[in-house]
Amino acid sequence: MTELIADVVVIGAGPAGLAAAIKAKQEGAARVMVLERDRELGGILQQCIHNGFGLHLFGTELTGPEYAFRFIDEALKEGVEFMLDTMVLEIGADRTIIALNENRGMFRIGAGAVVLAMGCRERNRGAVTIPGTRPAGVFTAGAAQRLVNMEGYMPGKKVVILGSGDIGLIMARRMTWEGAKVEAVLEILPFPSGLTRNLVQCLNDQGIPLHLGNTVVKVHGLRRVEGVTAAKVDEKLRPIPGTEWFIPCDTLLLSIGLIPENELSRMAGVRIDPVTGGPVVTDDMETSVKGIFACGNVVHVHDLVDNVTMESRIAGEGAAKAATGRIARGGSVNTLAGENIRYVVPHRLGLKNSSERDTTLYMRVVKPVEKVRVEVVSEGRLLHSKSERVLKPAEMLVLKLPKGKLEGLGDGKEVEFRINAD
Amino acid sequence: MSSYDVAIIGAGISGSAIARELSKYELNTVVIEAEDDVASGTTKANTAIVHAGYDAVPGSWKARMNLVGSRMYEMLCADLDVPYHRTGTLVVALERDQAPLLEELRERGEVNGVEGLELLDKGRLLEMEPNINPEALGALYASTGAYTCPWEMSIALMENAVENGTELLLGEKVLDIEEEGGHFGLVLKDRTIRSKYVVNAAGLSADKVASMVGDPGFRIAPRRGEYWLFDKNTEGLVTRPVFTAPTPLSKGVVITPTADGNIMAGPNAENIDDPSDVSTTQQGLDKVWNDAVKLVPSLPRRSAITNFAGLRAAASPQADFVIGPMQGHFGFFNTAGIESPGLTAAPAIAAALTGMLKDAGLALEKKRSWKPKRKGLVHFAGLSRQEQDRLVMEDHRYGHVICRCETVTEAEIIEALRRPVPCRTMDGLKRRTRLGAGRCQSGFCSPRALGIVARELGVTVDSISKNGDGSFYVTGLLDGAEGGGLDD
Amino acid sequence: MADVKELTCIVCPIGCRLRATVEGDEITIEGNTCARGKKYGLDELCSPVRMLTSTVKVDGGFLPRLPVRTRGPIPKGRIEDVLLSLKVVKVEAPVIMGQVILEDAAGTGVEVIASRPMDRI
Repeated sequence: MTELIADVVVIGAGPAGLAAAIKAKQEGAARVMVLERDRELGGILQQCIHNGFGLHLFGTELTGPEYAFRFIDEALKEGVEFMLDTMVLEIGADRTIIALNENRGMFRIGAGAVVLAMGCRERNRGAVTIPGTRPAGVFTAGAAQRLVNMEGYMPGKKVVILGSGDIGLIMARRMTWEGAKVEAVLEILPFPSGLTRNLVQCLNDQGIPLHLGNTVVKVHGLRRVEGVTAAKVDEKLRPIPGTEWFIPCDTLLLSIGLIPENELSRMAGVRIDPVTGGPVVTDDMETSVKGIFACGNVVHVHDLVDNVTMESRIAGEGAAKAATGRIARGGSVNTLAGENIRYVVPHRLGLKNSSERDTTLYMRVVKPVEKVRVEVVSEGRLLHSKSERVLKPAEMLVLKLPKGKLEGLGDGKEVEFRINAD
Repeated sequence: MSSYDVAIIGAGISGSAIARELSKYELNTVVIEAEDDVASGTTKANTAIVHAGYDAVPGSWKARMNLVGSRMYEMLCADLDVPYHRTGTLVVALERDQAPLLEELRERGEVNGVEGLELLDKGRLLEMEPNINPEALGALYASTGAYTCPWEMSIALMENAVENGTELLLGEKVLDIEEEGGHFGLVLKDRTIRSKYVVNAAGLSADKVASMVGDPGFRIAPRRGEYWLFDKNTEGLVTRPVFTAPTPLSKGVVITPTADGNIMAGPNAENIDDPSDVSTTQQGLDKVWNDAVKLVPSLPRRSAITNFAGLRAAASPQADFVIGPMQGHFGFFNTAGIESPGLTAAPAIAAALTGMLKDAGLALEKKRSWKPKRKGLVHFAGLSRQEQDRLVMEDHRYGHVICRCETVTEAEIIEALRRPVPCRTMDGLKRRTRLGAGRCQSGFCSPRALGIVARELGVTVDSISKNGDGSFYVTGLLDGAEGGGLDD
Repeated sequence: MADVKELTCIVCPIGCRLRATVEGDEITIEGNTCARGKKYGLDELCSPVRMLTSTVKVDGGFLPRLPVRTRGPIPKGRIEDVLLSLKVVKVEAPVIMGQVILEDAAGTGVEVIASRPMDRI
C-alpha cells in the first residue's frame, strides 16, 4: 500500500470541499489534497443546470456548473491536488485515511488535518415506507436529475412527484420542458418545503398542481410503475381512509429530504448531532475529533450553496491552522436550540474567536412564523436580537452574531437561540 | 426438436437444487424458467432461515425433508461457497400463554428427530440476546438452526448445475404441455421441447403447470409475508434468528440477521388470490412492526432502508409439500407447495425426487467429470485490506467503486455478468453483488451501473430492465439525441 | 370589465399573495408589502420574463449533453419556442464555458450559451 502525506486532506470535491481546499491553501497549508469519488469535480452542482446559485456571493445568478467552475478554476490555480474516482474506505481518529482508486490501487494518507465534505444523500422510498409494489420507475429526484441533465436519458413520461423539496420542484419543470407530463406534486405537510420562487416558476408556470397535505399510500405496477394511490393526511400526517385517489403514471420521483452522509465520520469517532444528522462542530467547523473538520451538507442540509461556501471557508481555514499548529482551542460556550428552533450550527462557539470576529450561525425554524425576533440569551441575559419579517422551515435562518457579544460568559455556559413574537 | 431426459420447470430453490442433483449423472437436463433470472419468485423474498425442524407435523413431508435438508446444509454451503451461519435459533415466549408452547415445540422437535433443543430461562436468553424485550419469559433454543442467503443458494446450485452440463433457459414460459407416447412436449413461445421426464418446480404457478397435464389434486394458495429491512448500522441487534412464539391471535414474527449483515423483521401471513401480488400494505407493515418492537423494543424505525413482500407457494388442501409422481401421467413429477421450510428442505427434496425418477426408470449413471464445488463471486467489501490491495494490483477495476454504500466495484459487476448463469437484470445484479442494496438504495450508483451493463452486454441503456419484461429504467434518450452516454 | 389575477411575489421569502386588477390600461396591485413587490407584480403581468436553462447534444464530449442557458431573461411566452430550437442543436466538443451555442434563440434576440466547459475525449 502506497503511503502519502498531506497537510490537509479534503473528502469530497463538491462546493464544500472545493471552498475548504482553496481556503486551506490560502491559509498556508502546503499540500492540500482533495479525494473525490465521482469522475469529475463539482459534486451535485454539475447536475443542477438551472440558475439561481451565487446571488449572495457573486451578486449574479449562476447555474450549478458555472458556480462549480469558478471554484474548480480557482482551486487548480491555487495548486490544490485532486484525485478523482477515488473512494475513501476508512478514516481513523488519528487522521489516517485509506482510499482506493484504479491508478494507485489502495493507498494510505497521513493528514495533518482532515475536512469532511461528503455532502448528503437523498431520502428514499424505504426511509418513508411507501407500501405497494417495487417496480422500475421510482427514482429520487436527484437520481432522475442526473439521468436527464448529465446522461441524457428520460426516466419516464408521466410523472408524479412526492415532496415539494427544491430538487423535486426543479425536476417538475425540467421533465415538463423535456416533454414529460407531470401530473401532480404531493406534499405531506400543510406547507411547501421548497423555495417560493421554485413554486412559482417551476410549478405555477407549467400549470402543475401542488396538493398540500397529501401523500402517496401505494405504488402500483409489477414491472414498471403504473400509477400511485394518493390520499389526504390528518394533522398527525396519517393517511385519512376514504380520501384515496388514483393517479396513473409511469414514474414516481421522490423529493422527500436529504440525509448528511456521515458513515466515514462515524468511523473516525466523530460525534453526530441526532437532529442535523451531521457532526457536532465548533465555530471553526472542527468536529469532536481534534484535527477533523466538517462543512457543507455533511454537517447540516443547506438550501443555498452560497452558505455552504462561506461555512466551508471557515473549515478550510481551521484545517490549515490545525495542520500548521496555529489553531486556538480555548474556552467555549454551547449553543442551544430554543423555542421554535430545530437546530443551531455551530454547536460550540470559542470565546476567543467570538471576541475577535463576527460569528455566523445557521438555524432552521420548526414552523413558519411572521414578524418575530430571533433572540440570543444566556443566563437570563439578552445578548443579541434581530427582527425577521418571515421565517420558514424551507429557508435557513442565517444570523450574524457581532464580535464581542459573548463577552463575560464563562467556559461551558449555554447560549440559547429562540424565536419570540415581535 | 431438442430432446432431453429431464425437463425441470422453474429455477427457484427447488428447481435449482434438483438441477444440481441431476447434474451428477449422465443426463440431458434442461431447466426452463419464465423469469429472466433464477430465484425470482418465492426464493428471493423469504426469511433465509435453515430451520432446525421442530415446527412441522411429525411424519409430514415437511418434517422429514426439513430434518434431512438441515443436516445437508453446512456441507452444501461449503461446497458452493454460500454463506451459512450456524448460530442456532430462538423462539421467545413474551406472554404467559406462549410458555407452554415452547415445551410443545421441543417435544415435537424431538419426535421429528431434531437434536440440540433446549429450553432457556429469561436470564440465559438475555445473556444470549441482550436486546430482547426484558419482559420475555424464556425461549426454546435450537442449536442446529442457521441462516443463509436464499437467492445466493439458488444461484450457486444452478451455476454448479450449469457448469456440470445442465442447460438453462431463462425468460421462457411453458405455455402448454403435450403428452405423447412416453414423452412430453413442452410448448414454449417459439418452439417445443421434448423430454422423457418432467419435474414441475414452478412455485406459485405449480398448479397451473400441473393442470396442463391433468388434475393436479392440489391448488396453490399464495400466502403473502411482508418484511422490513434495516441498515447495516443495526448489525448485532440480534445475533441469530429470533422468533416470537405464535399465539392463537398472532403468528408472530422473526427478527434475524441477514447473510449480508443487515437486520430483517417479518413476515406476517395473509392469504391472497393473486399469485403475482407482491405489494406491501400499510396494515401488513404496521403489524410486522408492532410485533417486532414487542420482541426487540430498540428496533430503530429510522434505520429501515426498504420493505418488501414475498409469497409463500402453499399447497391446498394438503398444507404439506406435494412431492412425487402425478397419478396417471407417467414421467411427470411435482415438487409443489414448497413453502417454509422449503429453503431448508430443498437439497433433501432434490435427493428424494432423484430417487423417485430412478424408480420410474431414469438411468442414473454417475458423471465422472462432475465437479461438486462452485466458487462464488468475489465480494470486495468483505475482504481484508491486504486481500483488497492484492486484488486491485491484479485487476485495476477492483479499484473503481461503483456502489458507495456497499463498496461494489466495477470488476464485480463485470464478473456477475459473465458467470455460468448469466445475469441480465439490475435486480439480478443486486442479488449477486449487492449493488444498490444499501442505504441509498441505488440513488447514486444506478446511472453508472447501467452504463457498465450496457457497455459489457453491448445493449442500449433503455433495454436494460430491473426485473425483466417491461421493467425498463429509462424510457429513452432526450429528444433530439442519437446516442446515449452512460458508458463509463 | 376588470380582469383579476392572483400572483405570488418571489422577491423575498415572505411570498406575498398579490392581486392584480387590470381595467383597460390601468393595473393595480394589492397585497404587496413593499415597493419591490409592486414592481414584481407589474412586471409579471405586463412582460413576464424567465431565464431558460436546458441541455443540448454534444458529440465527442466527456458527457453526452452540454448544459446551456440563455444569456439573459427571455419573454415567458417564448420558452417553448426556444426549447424547440434547442432540440435540433448539436455541438462538437471541446466547448468552452460561455461559448455561444445559438446567436438568436427563436428570434428573441437573446443568445444561448454553454454553461460549462466540455472537454473532448
